[in-house]
Amino acid sequence: MKKSGSSTTIVKKFSALVVDDDLVIQRIHKMYLNRFGFETQVVGNGKEAVDLYRSGAFFHLVLMDMEMPVMDGPKATRELRGMGVNSMIVGVTSQDGDSEKQAFMGAGLDDCYMKPLTADTITSLLQQLNMKYR
Amino acid sequence: MDLVGQLQRQFVDYTTSLTREGFLDDQFKQLQKLQDESNPEFVVEVVSLFFEDSEKLLNDLASAFQQKIVDYKKVDAHVHQFKGSSSSIGAQRVKNVCVAFKTYCEARNFEGCSICLQSLEQEYHLVKSKLETLFKLEQQIMAAGGSVPEL
Repeated sequence: MKKSGSSTTIVKKFSALVVDDDLVIQRIHKMYLNRFGFETQVVGNGKEAVDLYRSGAFFHLVLMDMEMPVMDGPKATRELRGMGVNSMIVGVTSQDGDSEKQAFMGAGLDDCYMKPLTADTITSLLQQLNMKYR
Repeated sequence: MDLVGQLQRQFVDYTTSLTREGFLDDQFKQLQKLQDESNPEFVVEVVSLFFEDSEKLLNDLASAFQQKIVDYKKVDAHVHQFKGSSSSIGAQRVKNVCVAFKTYCEARNFEGCSICLQSLEQEYHLVKSKLETLFKLEQQIMAAGGSVPEL
Protein backbone atom coordinates (compact mmCIF):
# COMPACT_ATOMS: atom_id res chain seq x y z
CA MET A 1 0.00 0.00 0.00
CA LYS A 2 1.50 3.33 -0.98
CA LYS A 3 0.21 6.78 -0.25
CA SER A 4 1.50 9.55 -2.49
CA GLY A 5 2.07 13.16 -1.52
CA SER A 6 -0.44 14.31 -4.15
CA SER A 7 -4.18 14.53 -3.63
CA THR A 8 -4.69 11.13 -5.31
CA THR A 9 -4.22 8.14 -3.07
CA ILE A 10 -2.46 5.34 -4.91
CA VAL A 11 -3.86 1.95 -3.90
CA LYS A 12 -0.98 0.03 -5.43
CA LYS A 13 2.07 0.66 -7.54
CA PHE A 14 0.96 0.62 -11.15
CA SER A 15 3.24 -0.13 -14.09
CA ALA A 16 3.13 1.81 -17.33
CA LEU A 17 4.58 1.41 -20.80
CA VAL A 18 5.18 4.45 -23.00
CA VAL A 19 5.16 3.48 -26.68
CA ASP A 20 6.37 6.43 -28.77
CA ASP A 21 9.14 7.12 -31.28
CA ASP A 22 9.43 10.78 -30.26
CA LEU A 23 12.20 11.18 -27.67
CA VAL A 24 10.74 14.45 -26.37
CA ILE A 25 7.33 12.84 -25.75
CA GLN A 26 8.97 9.73 -24.26
CA ARG A 27 10.80 11.90 -21.71
CA ILE A 28 7.78 14.04 -20.85
CA HIS A 29 5.32 11.17 -20.48
CA LYS A 30 7.79 9.10 -18.44
CA MET A 31 8.26 12.07 -16.12
CA TYR A 32 4.51 12.59 -15.69
CA LEU A 33 3.92 8.91 -15.00
CA ASN A 34 6.80 8.63 -12.53
CA ARG A 35 5.53 11.73 -10.74
CA PHE A 36 2.18 10.00 -10.28
CA GLY A 37 3.85 6.91 -8.84
CA PHE A 38 3.97 4.63 -11.87
CA GLU A 39 6.90 2.34 -12.62
CA THR A 40 7.52 3.28 -16.20
CA GLN A 41 9.21 1.62 -19.16
CA VAL A 42 9.68 3.21 -22.57
CA VAL A 43 9.86 1.67 -26.05
CA GLY A 44 10.17 3.29 -29.47
CA ASN A 45 7.58 1.47 -31.59
CA GLY A 46 4.60 -0.89 -31.51
CA LYS A 47 6.63 -4.02 -32.27
CA GLU A 48 8.83 -3.49 -29.20
CA ALA A 49 5.66 -3.21 -27.11
CA VAL A 50 4.22 -6.42 -28.54
CA ASP A 51 7.56 -8.22 -28.05
CA LEU A 52 7.64 -7.15 -24.40
CA TYR A 53 4.21 -8.63 -23.77
CA ARG A 54 5.16 -11.79 -25.69
CA SER A 55 8.17 -12.18 -23.40
CA GLY A 56 5.80 -12.20 -20.43
CA ALA A 57 5.82 -8.54 -19.35
CA PHE A 58 2.64 -6.89 -18.14
CA PHE A 59 1.75 -3.25 -17.70
CA HIS A 60 -1.38 -1.81 -16.08
CA LEU A 61 -1.32 1.15 -18.48
CA VAL A 62 0.00 1.47 -22.03
CA LEU A 63 0.33 4.90 -23.62
CA MET A 64 0.30 4.11 -27.33
CA ASP A 65 1.37 6.65 -29.92
CA MET A 66 -0.50 6.46 -33.22
CA GLU A 67 2.24 6.97 -35.79
CA MET A 68 5.45 5.01 -35.32
CA PRO A 69 7.91 3.23 -37.60
CA VAL A 70 8.12 -0.58 -37.80
CA MET A 71 4.66 -1.08 -36.25
CA ASP A 72 2.19 1.75 -35.68
CA GLY A 73 -0.22 2.23 -32.76
CA PRO A 74 -3.37 0.78 -34.32
CA LYS A 75 -1.55 -2.40 -35.48
CA ALA A 76 0.19 -2.88 -32.12
CA THR A 77 -3.11 -2.34 -30.27
CA ARG A 78 -4.88 -4.93 -32.46
CA GLU A 79 -2.05 -7.42 -31.87
CA LEU A 80 -2.09 -6.91 -28.12
CA ARG A 81 -5.88 -7.31 -27.92
CA GLY A 82 -5.60 -10.37 -30.17
CA MET A 83 -3.16 -11.85 -27.63
CA GLY A 84 -5.79 -11.34 -24.93
CA VAL A 85 -4.04 -8.38 -23.30
CA ASN A 86 -6.55 -6.52 -21.11
CA SER A 87 -4.24 -3.71 -19.94
CA MET A 88 -5.64 -0.21 -20.16
CA ILE A 89 -4.38 0.93 -23.56
CA VAL A 90 -4.71 4.65 -24.13
CA GLY A 91 -3.99 6.15 -27.53
CA VAL A 92 -1.94 9.32 -27.74
CA THR A 93 -2.05 11.25 -30.97
CA SER A 94 -1.13 14.61 -32.44
CA GLN A 95 -3.67 14.12 -35.23
CA ASP A 96 -6.56 16.58 -34.98
CA GLY A 97 -8.98 14.64 -37.15
CA ASP A 98 -11.93 12.81 -35.60
CA SER A 99 -11.77 10.05 -38.21
CA GLU A 100 -8.17 9.15 -37.30
CA LYS A 101 -9.11 9.07 -33.63
CA GLN A 102 -12.15 6.86 -34.33
CA ALA A 103 -10.08 4.45 -36.41
CA PHE A 104 -7.50 4.23 -33.63
CA MET A 105 -10.24 3.63 -31.03
CA GLY A 106 -11.58 0.89 -33.28
CA ALA A 107 -8.28 -0.97 -32.93
CA GLY A 108 -9.13 -1.66 -29.28
CA LEU A 109 -8.18 1.38 -27.24
CA ASP A 110 -9.83 2.22 -23.94
CA ASP A 111 -9.49 5.92 -24.72
CA CYS A 112 -7.57 8.36 -26.88
CA TYR A 113 -6.03 11.72 -26.05
CA MET A 114 -4.11 14.49 -27.81
CA LYS A 115 -0.46 14.65 -26.94
CA PRO A 116 1.15 15.73 -24.80
CA LEU A 117 -0.88 14.37 -21.91
CA THR A 118 -1.63 16.69 -19.02
CA ALA A 119 -1.54 16.15 -15.26
CA ASP A 120 -5.37 16.12 -15.24
CA THR A 121 -5.48 13.29 -17.79
CA ILE A 122 -2.97 11.19 -15.83
CA THR A 123 -5.00 11.79 -12.65
CA SER A 124 -8.13 10.58 -14.43
CA LEU A 125 -6.30 7.49 -15.77
CA LEU A 126 -5.04 6.73 -12.28
CA GLN A 127 -8.58 6.93 -10.90
CA GLN A 128 -9.79 4.56 -13.61
CA LEU A 129 -6.96 2.15 -12.79
CA ASN A 130 -7.79 2.29 -9.09
CA MET A 131 -11.37 1.30 -9.98
CA LYS A 132 -10.29 -1.43 -12.40
CA TYR A 133 -7.84 -3.05 -9.98
CA ARG A 134 -9.84 -2.52 -6.78
CA MET B 1 16.98 45.00 -4.43
CA ASP B 2 19.89 42.57 -4.07
CA LEU B 3 21.44 40.68 -6.98
CA VAL B 4 19.35 37.52 -6.50
CA GLY B 5 16.17 39.61 -6.29
CA GLN B 6 17.10 41.48 -9.47
CA LEU B 7 17.85 38.30 -11.37
CA GLN B 8 14.63 36.68 -10.16
CA ARG B 9 12.66 39.73 -11.27
CA GLN B 10 14.40 39.57 -14.67
CA PHE B 11 13.51 35.88 -14.94
CA VAL B 12 9.83 36.47 -14.18
CA ASP B 13 9.63 39.42 -16.59
CA TYR B 14 11.39 37.50 -19.35
CA THR B 15 9.18 34.42 -19.01
CA THR B 16 6.06 36.61 -18.99
CA SER B 17 7.20 38.36 -22.16
CA LEU B 18 7.88 35.05 -23.91
CA THR B 19 4.33 33.94 -23.14
CA ARG B 20 2.86 37.30 -24.11
CA GLU B 21 4.71 37.30 -27.45
CA GLY B 22 3.49 33.77 -28.18
CA PHE B 23 6.90 32.09 -28.12
CA LEU B 24 5.92 29.76 -25.28
CA ASP B 25 2.49 28.56 -24.21
CA ASP B 26 1.10 26.89 -21.11
CA GLN B 27 2.70 23.56 -22.00
CA PHE B 28 6.11 25.01 -21.11
CA LYS B 29 4.76 25.99 -17.69
CA GLN B 30 3.53 22.39 -17.26
CA LEU B 31 7.05 21.15 -17.91
CA GLN B 32 8.48 23.59 -15.36
CA LYS B 33 5.97 22.27 -12.79
CA LEU B 34 7.21 18.72 -13.40
CA GLN B 35 10.77 19.70 -12.50
CA ASP B 36 11.78 19.14 -8.87
CA GLU B 37 14.80 18.46 -6.65
CA SER B 38 15.04 14.85 -7.82
CA ASN B 39 14.99 15.97 -11.48
CA PRO B 40 16.50 19.46 -11.38
CA GLU B 41 17.58 19.39 -15.03
CA PHE B 42 14.32 18.06 -16.47
CA VAL B 43 13.32 21.11 -18.51
CA VAL B 44 16.83 21.63 -19.90
CA GLU B 45 16.98 17.92 -20.78
CA VAL B 46 13.66 17.91 -22.62
CA VAL B 47 14.40 21.18 -24.43
CA SER B 48 17.84 19.87 -25.46
CA LEU B 49 16.14 16.81 -26.95
CA PHE B 50 13.84 19.17 -28.80
CA PHE B 51 16.81 21.16 -30.16
CA GLU B 52 18.52 18.00 -31.43
CA ASP B 53 15.31 16.68 -32.94
CA SER B 54 14.50 20.02 -34.60
CA GLU B 55 17.92 20.51 -36.14
CA LYS B 56 17.72 17.09 -37.74
CA LEU B 57 14.18 17.75 -38.98
CA LEU B 58 15.17 21.11 -40.49
CA ASN B 59 18.07 19.42 -42.33
CA ASP B 60 15.75 16.68 -43.57
CA LEU B 61 13.23 19.28 -44.73
CA ALA B 62 15.88 21.32 -46.55
CA SER B 63 17.08 18.12 -48.30
CA ALA B 64 13.57 17.17 -49.29
CA PHE B 65 13.11 20.54 -51.01
CA GLN B 66 16.40 20.23 -52.86
CA GLN B 67 15.17 17.12 -54.66
CA LYS B 68 14.10 17.43 -58.32
CA ILE B 69 10.69 16.06 -57.38
CA VAL B 70 9.52 16.98 -53.89
CA ASP B 71 8.11 14.03 -51.95
CA TYR B 72 5.28 15.86 -50.16
CA LYS B 73 4.40 12.76 -48.15
CA LYS B 74 7.91 12.71 -46.68
CA VAL B 75 7.81 16.47 -46.06
CA ASP B 76 4.44 16.11 -44.33
CA ALA B 77 5.83 13.35 -42.10
CA HIS B 78 8.75 15.58 -41.02
CA VAL B 79 6.46 18.56 -40.40
CA HIS B 80 4.07 16.35 -38.45
CA GLN B 81 6.91 15.24 -36.19
CA PHE B 82 8.07 18.83 -35.77
CA LYS B 83 4.53 19.88 -34.89
CA GLY B 84 4.36 17.15 -32.25
CA SER B 85 7.63 17.92 -30.54
CA SER B 86 7.21 21.71 -30.67
CA SER B 87 3.75 21.53 -29.13
CA SER B 88 5.01 19.15 -26.44
CA ILE B 89 7.51 21.72 -25.15
CA GLY B 90 5.17 24.66 -25.65
CA ALA B 91 6.97 26.28 -28.61
CA GLN B 92 3.73 27.82 -29.83
CA ARG B 93 4.95 29.91 -32.77
CA VAL B 94 6.94 26.98 -34.19
CA LYS B 95 3.88 24.75 -33.83
CA ASN B 96 1.68 27.33 -35.62
CA VAL B 97 4.03 27.46 -38.61
CA CYS B 98 3.90 23.63 -38.73
CA VAL B 99 0.11 23.76 -38.89
CA ALA B 100 0.24 26.11 -41.91
CA PHE B 101 3.04 24.05 -43.45
CA LYS B 102 0.94 20.87 -43.30
CA THR B 103 -1.87 22.62 -45.19
CA TYR B 104 0.53 23.63 -47.98
CA CYS B 105 1.93 20.06 -48.07
CA GLU B 106 -1.55 18.63 -48.51
CA ALA B 107 -2.13 21.07 -51.37
CA ARG B 108 1.34 20.24 -52.80
CA ASN B 109 1.94 23.97 -52.96
CA PHE B 110 5.71 24.41 -53.51
CA GLU B 111 5.82 28.15 -52.95
CA GLY B 112 3.68 27.98 -49.81
CA CYS B 113 5.86 25.18 -48.45
CA SER B 114 9.09 27.07 -49.22
CA ILE B 115 7.84 30.13 -47.37
CA CYS B 116 6.82 27.94 -44.44
CA LEU B 117 10.22 26.28 -44.34
CA GLN B 118 11.93 29.66 -44.13
CA SER B 119 9.49 30.76 -41.46
CA LEU B 120 10.03 27.54 -39.54
CA GLU B 121 13.81 28.03 -39.53
CA GLN B 122 13.35 31.60 -38.35
CA GLU B 123 10.89 30.76 -35.57
CA TYR B 124 12.95 27.80 -34.41
CA HIS B 125 16.14 29.85 -34.12
CA LEU B 126 14.24 32.61 -32.32
CA VAL B 127 12.74 30.28 -29.71
CA LYS B 128 16.05 28.47 -29.32
CA SER B 129 17.83 31.72 -28.56
CA LYS B 130 15.06 32.81 -26.14
CA LEU B 131 15.17 29.49 -24.27
CA GLU B 132 18.96 29.62 -24.04
CA THR B 133 18.69 33.11 -22.54
CA LEU B 134 16.11 31.82 -20.06
CA PHE B 135 18.33 28.93 -18.98
CA LYS B 136 21.31 31.29 -18.59
CA LEU B 137 19.20 33.47 -16.29
CA GLU B 138 18.33 30.39 -14.23
CA GLN B 139 22.00 29.48 -13.94
CA GLN B 140 22.86 33.03 -12.84
CA ILE B 141 20.18 32.92 -10.14
CA MET B 142 21.48 29.60 -8.82
CA ALA B 143 25.11 30.77 -8.98
CA ALA B 144 24.13 33.82 -6.92
CA GLY B 145 22.69 31.50 -4.27
CA GLY B 146 19.04 32.03 -5.10
CA SER B 147 16.25 29.77 -6.31
CA VAL B 148 14.36 29.99 -9.58
CA PRO B 149 10.91 31.54 -8.96
CA GLU B 150 7.86 29.43 -9.62
CA LEU B 151 5.40 31.04 -12.01
